[in-house]
Amino acid sequence: MSALAPVSQVAGDPAVHPAPPAPETQKRSWTAYLLLLPGVLWLGVFFILPLVQLASVSLQSRYPGFPGYYYRDVNFDNYVAALTDYAPHFARSFLYAGLATFLAFVIAYPLAYAMAFKAGRWRNLMMICVIAPFFTSFILRTFAWSQILADEGWVVGVLSFLNLLPGGSIINTPVAVVAGLTYNFLPFMVLPIYASLERADPRVIEAGGDLYANGFTTFRTVTLPMSMPGVLAGTLLTFIPAAGDFVNMELLGPQRGKMVGNVINDQFLAIPGGYPVAAALSFTLMAAILAMVFLYVRRFGTEELV
Amino acid sequence: MATMTPASPSAPQSTPPSGPAYRPSTAKRAQLWLAKHFAMLSAILVLLYLFLPVAYTFAFSFNDHGKTNIVWQGFTWEHWQDPCGVTGACESLVTSLQVGAISTVVATVLGTMMALAMVRYRFRGKQASNVLIFVPMATPEIVMGAALLTIFVQGFSNIGINLGFGTIVFAHIMFCLSFVVVTVRARIQSLDPRIEEAAQDLYASPVQTFWKVTFPLILPGILGAAMLAFSLSFDDFIITNFVSGNENTFPKFVYVASRRGIPAEANVIGFSMFVIAVLLVVGAQVVSSMRASKYKS
Repeated sequence: MSALAPVSQVAGDPAVHPAPPAPETQKRSWTAYLLLLPGVLWLGVFFILPLVQLASVSLQSRYPGFPGYYYRDVNFDNYVAALTDYAPHFARSFLYAGLATFLAFVIAYPLAYAMAFKAGRWRNLMMICVIAPFFTSFILRTFAWSQILADEGWVVGVLSFLNLLPGGSIINTPVAVVAGLTYNFLPFMVLPIYASLERADPRVIEAGGDLYANGFTTFRTVTLPMSMPGVLAGTLLTFIPAAGDFVNMELLGPQRGKMVGNVINDQFLAIPGGYPVAAALSFTLMAAILAMVFLYVRRFGTEELV
Repeated sequence: MATMTPASPSAPQSTPPSGPAYRPSTAKRAQLWLAKHFAMLSAILVLLYLFLPVAYTFAFSFNDHGKTNIVWQGFTWEHWQDPCGVTGACESLVTSLQVGAISTVVATVLGTMMALAMVRYRFRGKQASNVLIFVPMATPEIVMGAALLTIFVQGFSNIGINLGFGTIVFAHIMFCLSFVVVTVRARIQSLDPRIEEAAQDLYASPVQTFWKVTFPLILPGILGAAMLAFSLSFDDFIITNFVSGNENTFPKFVYVASRRGIPAEANVIGFSMFVIAVLLVVGAQVVSSMRASKYKS
């Protein structure tokens, strides 16, 4: 995830050398612990401790007849409910997030490629263009998509005219949700791929052409493998927030057939007495994602990720 | 673009075959031009796609809308003349800016310290620290929000911490921290450690070495990390929604308003923030490239 680095390195800077520090330049000192302590404490109190509490809540039971009241218990029924009643929600979350990640990859790669190899002096400007839409609130942009994809909008008009839209509508369908997820997390895909392509030596790619590989073969055997660390970081940075998202579903999606994020949000904030099941759902979601991440990193992983 | 101007289709054939230069047909040349510029063309299309919703936000800030701002109804300057005219819009913006500023400063300081420790020192527990830094980035926001809500409601409320401004800041510092660490760490890793060794050889104390040599060199990375932290904090909705109680941040204000129709004033504020941010980033770029060229000459 060092992939986020280019944000800080867009300007040419003479002090930066590609040479990594040799291990023997690392010092051993108590200073390290002093430097780490405040941050580690913060993560301990506001990340680890809440997760421990969440785990304990996920095992609590409700007082019958008193919504919103729980007692400490070791009640695995919450997990049973999470995995049976809400299995379709998990499936939808992972399916939509997976589709959005794939689409984001397909859309992001040409942009990252062009920024790294073709943009020349326009590179910094393009970088700013990738980050800039971030600064309009993400909810405003998602809401704008509900206007763009509305039944009266030009997208639906053009597609209906071409007879490409059998349902006659995009908004309030899963298609709109996937479109929203793809759009919202696209910069998280572009930046890491760009970072790893930027480090690549363009002469290596040229060599592919010199050795009579055609454009596609060069891309598949030279360019893509070189950008793998970025692709890996980008897919994770896209998939993880997309799988937990509920805003796109809320603003763009159908009334029925929600994602797991919507269930967690509603159970916590709208339904009295929903805490234990929602906590179990959260924990299951986190465990599933962490398991996927570690399998994925082991399969494709590099040192650069952590 | 010159190659795209269509020559008359018969022109290439009419040149004698003995001519020195082979001129491919217009279609062939268009194809070659497309192949050469394919990446750049698709990149421009993707950038247009990225900006499409921003353009909508901008356009609909001028919509003379009734109850809901969904369909175009007519042009008005009204919303730009008084963006604070809607109850809660500017109050929530001020809250967001305050939360963003405090979270950015604290997360950047703590994160930079952690990054320094991670790159420059060997110590027991480094691998565990790595995992501790990585896992928050791999945790969906909704899980962090839910976890924070349970501890704030069931634990910290007993010691007088109630949901509100403070809990938003605590949460934002937490989720910005990891992103600061990875950004600054990448910058430190790209530095040549011999520069610092040279300072030490010239009898600079560790503190002097840090402030006179290391810090100025990693400053661009720190500023980049701060920018990232601020934008993460300013735009966060999911975690904020869980831990904010009755406090409204700007994204929360917009989300709540979206149930009955986002007022165009929110578009005005959202688009203005976008313009301000872009101007700041472009300004910083210009200054740093001017510095870089001065350094070179």
